Amino acid sequence: MAIGKAAIEAVGVTKIFQSSGQDSLKALDNVSVTIGENEFFTLLGPSGCGKTTLLRLIAGFDFPTDGQILLHGQDIAQLPPFQRPVNTVFQNYALFPHMTVGQNIGFGLEMQGKPKAQVEARVAEMLRLVQMEELKNRRTSQISGGQQQRVALARALAPEPKVLLLDEPLSALDYKLRKEMQIELKRLQNETGITFIFVTHDQEEALTMSDRIAVISKGKILQVGSPRDIYDRPAVRFVANFIGETNFLEGKVVSTAKGQAKIALDAGTTIAASLGEGAKPSGKVTVVVRPEHASVVASSGKATLLGKLENIVYFGTDTHYHVKLNGGGEFTVRHQNVHAGALAFEKGDKVGVLFGADAARVLRD
Amino acid sequence: MATPREIAIAAERRDIRNRWLLSSPALLIIALAAVGPLFVMLLYSFMLKGDYGDVKPWQFSGDGWFGVFLQRDIFDDTLTVADAHITIFWRSVKLSLMTTLATLFLGFPTAYFIATRPPQRRDIWLFLVTIPFWTNILIRTFAMQEVIRNEGIVNSVMVWLGLISAPVQIMYTDWAILFGMAYVYLPLMVLPLYASMEKIDFRLVEAGYDLYATRLQVLRRIIIPLVKPGIIAGSILVFIPSLGAYVTPRVLGGGKNMMLGNLIELQFGQGRNWPLGAALSITLMIIVTLALLVYVRNASKTGGGHG
Repeated sequence: MAIGKAAIEAVGVTKIFQSSGQDSLKALDNVSVTIGENEFFTLLGPSGCGKTTLLRLIAGFDFPTDGQILLHGQDIAQLPPFQRPVNTVFQNYALFPHMTVGQNIGFGLEMQGKPKAQVEARVAEMLRLVQMEELKNRRTSQISGGQQQRVALARALAPEPKVLLLDEPLSALDYKLRKEMQIELKRLQNETGITFIFVTHDQEEALTMSDRIAVISKGKILQVGSPRDIYDRPAVRFVANFIGETNFLEGKVVSTAKGQAKIALDAGTTIAASLGEGAKPSGKVTVVVRPEHASVVASSGKATLLGKLENIVYFGTDTHYHVKLNGGGEFTVRHQNVHAGALAFEKGDKVGVLFGADAARVLRD
Repeated sequence: MATPREIAIAAERRDIRNRWLLSSPALLIIALAAVGPLFVMLLYSFMLKGDYGDVKPWQFSGDGWFGVFLQRDIFDDTLTVADAHITIFWRSVKLSLMTTLATLFLGFPTAYFIATRPPQRRDIWLFLVTIPFWTNILIRTFAMQEVIRNEGIVNSVMVWLGLISAPVQIMYTDWAILFGMAYVYLPLMVLPLYASMEKIDFRLVEAGYDLYATRLQVLRRIIIPLVKPGIIAGSILVFIPSLGAYVTPRVLGGGKNMMLGNLIELQFGQGRNWPLGAALSITLMIIVTLALLVYVRNASKTGGGHG
């Protein structure tokens, strides 16, 4: 996806948390990323990777040790949070318990000094947007988790921020509600046209909602791209491993041509693979193949790899075939269970695994 | 032969009797230690005063209550308002309110400071706050005297800095009483304030900043409403003992600047007017009760809803 005008740019941002004693924590290490206007951008990574730190730097709750944070080209890194046209939906909503739903939603506008009538009108509009008109005068302790979530969204959207930050806002909800809110969030983003920066550790959430995803680990951004980019074309081992299931094959580059490479696998076979972004064209490399991009075939026919079928696991929508490769290593193939029926293989059969050069990708590391 | 119904009733009666019997020690202590003395006070306030203190038993009179607000001239028997008493009442209420405000203004930042420390270090600060309780109030009050007297630290330092040319008289003024009481009662304000602040989710403060509230607005619109239960508890804990304070005004206020506690003590001591002392004591109780009622009613009207 092409990025339009930049809404937020992080330029060489480093954040070091100085704790007592010598141990200091480098939460962010020279991070640079550009987030476009009207984009649904997700920061994805395991807990403690620095994604929330980046969000807090954009919100203004923490200040970067080094680097710039630009909002529409202006450096805001040193501004206090109340001077930034950026609002946050907090992980546990942080609704004001001493105010009603309506007062919560109107708080930002009131603090901006908007006239009372305007605040009232906007609160009514926001309540309509999140479908909660009838709960305006309730206390926030008297509404359900899902409703609190909506109020938190309405409160953050009411002052019409340039950018909305969402810090794992769905993690406290149950599965079904989470699904609903994912769709709701997407709808709100479309309707308001505001840039959403969404922090999550849930890869499924990231894939279904985002325009683009940045995968973060240990304070570094490893890869930025559309969900399809990230899933189909992981650049590094961490991304391939963190998002979805993957088969890793180790080997050496034999030759390269036009973005493709011949790889002599440690298991003995030579396969064709495409070179990933920044992949080195020589030496020892790792090749990844998604389980659903390969198929199990008869060992007598055309096959990329050969092995023995060790296990068949039925998952309802699909079936996993675990193949023990000749020459060592395991390989998982996922077949969708279509109406036609199961594959005609049984545990212990000698089988082949088939995948093309475009399904196998050489990683950067 | 008793019918089953009669047996059941008898058993129930026995049960009730046992319950009263079992709780009787506690009830007896409450009756003797709390209700009893109050009743004696009430009784004494309606008796004739004895010539050398005490009262004339069972000779009833309204003189005690009469003397709370009015006085009879020794020579011509004309009645006038007891303006000395009114002055003392007013000083007590005024100084108690000022003490409450002073401890609130000093205690709020203190409690906030403690509540925002890392959890393992809060205990140390709380411990430091409670240290003055280890020493007798009389000794602490005399220590305060050392600080504020003409040759004390405050005056010496200010003269030395050239801020004032001669020591300012602080001892034996209302200010001395205020300083003393604020010092003595400060922990009673800090502790309930801290208890409320500790429960604040500081993400709410961040949410406030995020929604364009400045530091002052966050304090006024978010922190203070959330700490309100602590403010109420602290104010009650400081105001009530201030109103009846005895040691502090006696030591720091001298004979001139009496408060209610001293006035009451005077009636039971040199004044030899026990009925008046008893009536004054009950008046003090009534003031406290009224103040509490007004305060609690106001607080529950505006502050309810959470916690």
